[in-house]
Amino acid sequence: MNVLAASNVLADANTLRLNINALDYGILGVYFVLVITIGFLARRAIATSEDFFLSGRALPAWVTGIAFISANLGAIEILGMAANGAQYGMSTVHWYWIGAVPAMVFLGLVMMPFYYGSGVRSVPEYLRRRFNRPTHLFNAVTFALASVLIAGVNLYALGFVLEATLGWPLWAAIIVSAFFVLAYITLGGLSGAIYNEVLQFFIIIAGLIPIVIVGLHSVGGWSGLQNAVAKTDLGAKAFETWQGTGIPWTNTLGDWVGIVFGLGFVQSFGYWTTNFAEVQRALSAKDMNAAQRTPLIGAFPKIFIPFLTIIPGLLALAIIPKLGKSDALPYNDAIPLMMNHFLPNGVLGVAMAGLLAAFMAGMAANVSSFNTVFTYDIWQQYVRRDRPDGYYLRVGRIVTVVGVLIGIGTAFIASGYSNIMIYIQMLFSFFNAPLFATFIIAMFWKRVSPMSGIAGLAAGTAGAAIMHFWGYYLPYFYPGGVIDPAHATVNAQMVNFYGALMAFLLDALVTVIVTLRGEPKPIEELAGLVWGIPDPSAPDLSKLPKPQWWQSPKLLGFGALGLTVAVSIIFL
Amino acid sequence: MSNEESKAPVSAASKLFDLRVLIGGLFTLYGVVLTILGLLASKAALAKAAGININLWMGLGMLLLGVFFLLWWRLRPLHREPPPSD
Repeated sequence: MNVLAASNVLADANTLRLNINALDYGILGVYFVLVITIGFLARRAIATSEDFFLSGRALPAWVTGIAFISANLGAIEILGMAANGAQYGMSTVHWYWIGAVPAMVFLGLVMMPFYYGSGVRSVPEYLRRRFNRPTHLFNAVTFALASVLIAGVNLYALGFVLEATLGWPLWAAIIVSAFFVLAYITLGGLSGAIYNEVLQFFIIIAGLIPIVIVGLHSVGGWSGLQNAVAKTDLGAKAFETWQGTGIPWTNTLGDWVGIVFGLGFVQSFGYWTTNFAEVQRALSAKDMNAAQRTPLIGAFPKIFIPFLTIIPGLLALAIIPKLGKSDALPYNDAIPLMMNHFLPNGVLGVAMAGLLAAFMAGMAANVSSFNTVFTYDIWQQYVRRDRPDGYYLRVGRIVTVVGVLIGIGTAFIASGYSNIMIYIQMLFSFFNAPLFATFIIAMFWKRVSPMSGIAGLAAGTAGAAIMHFWGYYLPYFYPGGVIDPAHATVNAQMVNFYGALMAFLLDALVTVIVTLRGEPKPIEELAGLVWGIPDPSAPDLSKLPKPQWWQSPKLLGFGALGLTVAVSIIFL
Repeated sequence: MSNEESKAPVSAASKLFDLRVLIGGLFTLYGVVLTILGLLASKAALAKAAGININLWMGLGMLLLGVFFLLWWRLRPLHREPPPSD
């Protein structure tokens, strides 16, 4: 099994083993006690299935907003983005600025009224009401599958890091970590998950800040970092974000078409606007205004977090030039290596807590969205209908346990890639890219026919898969346009972005063709689901209390976009 | 006549505790611990962190955040709206 081979290699390197002392363990211990306590306390507020799966739709915007961004700060984010920073340089900001903020703003300003206003309990449920049951089942099953796989990836990465840094055997690290997440979600439901995500956000930030402060100081500030990185193989390219993205391209992430349309539009919107793990945090908000502000509030930290993940990656590259050149020193080791290099006991314990918190946040988001979709969309729709509410509450708890067990099982699949991000992006591009095409057409075109939903999704998924394999044979995706026989120098991220683009185009094409040959849904069934068809039973917005000026979604949304443009220009 | 319909369960979401006291408490605790560690910092710890007394600075920062949450919790308590009666 690859897992064991990898762990043996790491044990030889030994530079990852942290000098953790009793104080650090004490800091960690207090944190874990608090995590479980939150689960127990949240349990008291659960009486209905909606309490368990959607927090009773009662949470304030600051909580859901922070949870929204924290749910995304999983293993993928922290280790993967630092690894990307070491491998691609500052271009990695594209995943944050163009590749997240516009989509988050769009979700809050444009799509939330349909999600929250229609009263759907999940993203697949929107598809069921808008299209038909085959479309619904396709999305529910692929989402559920993706959720447990990604939970497994989070779990594996967590176990891997615990083994390398603390010396725990991999199997023990995985089981113990899974147990904690399982406990507080089974007890506390979505409220337990969300409250812990809010706590985790602050701990994660507190864990990463010292690495950046100490690291930058030790290399001589920003210019010192630039000089140090210029001496590595990555060279001066490390600080180009938009330079070299013309055609022909020299940027580490390829051309602007792939970055803007593949990553910035299709993949980004596909994830942020249709991934139920994120949308669920907004659906748990206490009213429409809070729901709209959820992704908007989350957009602001998203703009600044790259400095806490990319800089450690660049620091690692500057200090350890051999990073990423062999299996013994994969890019993913960047953050643990920097923790060991710079942090004395005390902040080391906090950084460790931050790392573990990041893993738990990501995994909990996957598990809590998985159990909701499985219970409401698969079990309640297709297996056991019309049971009393208490039955589904029990099913939800059982499904949580089963989901975590599957996650543990899949924790051993995520090996063989030196950069976890590529694996995850590939998975996302297959499942997510076509989704946004279907949703955006569904929300704005009344005519869209039920059958076009499943047809479009299937075509789009196939398109992404095809491009993924076909891309290796196209010279354009190789630096300088020259294919090497081993296909090793291909710009894999660029192929990814174009795959997403292909998925979107195919989905849109097939959706339109199938619609034109079919019949639309009757207008009465579309109330609240489509632009221009209001829901007659929705509360009259003019009668609700007016929000404060700082609660205005437009202000927050355009503010976030403006800030993003500003930093993009600064770091051109 | 006995009522055999089971009553639809009522949401208990309004009973959810206020998270701010926990965040505030944890960060105040961590802040105090790290600040003390920073004040007692050894030369070795300072050398590792490129000369910066990082425990001290992080400790003060976390203390600030913890106190902010505790103040927020105290000064703006949650308004418990009673569930609408039908």
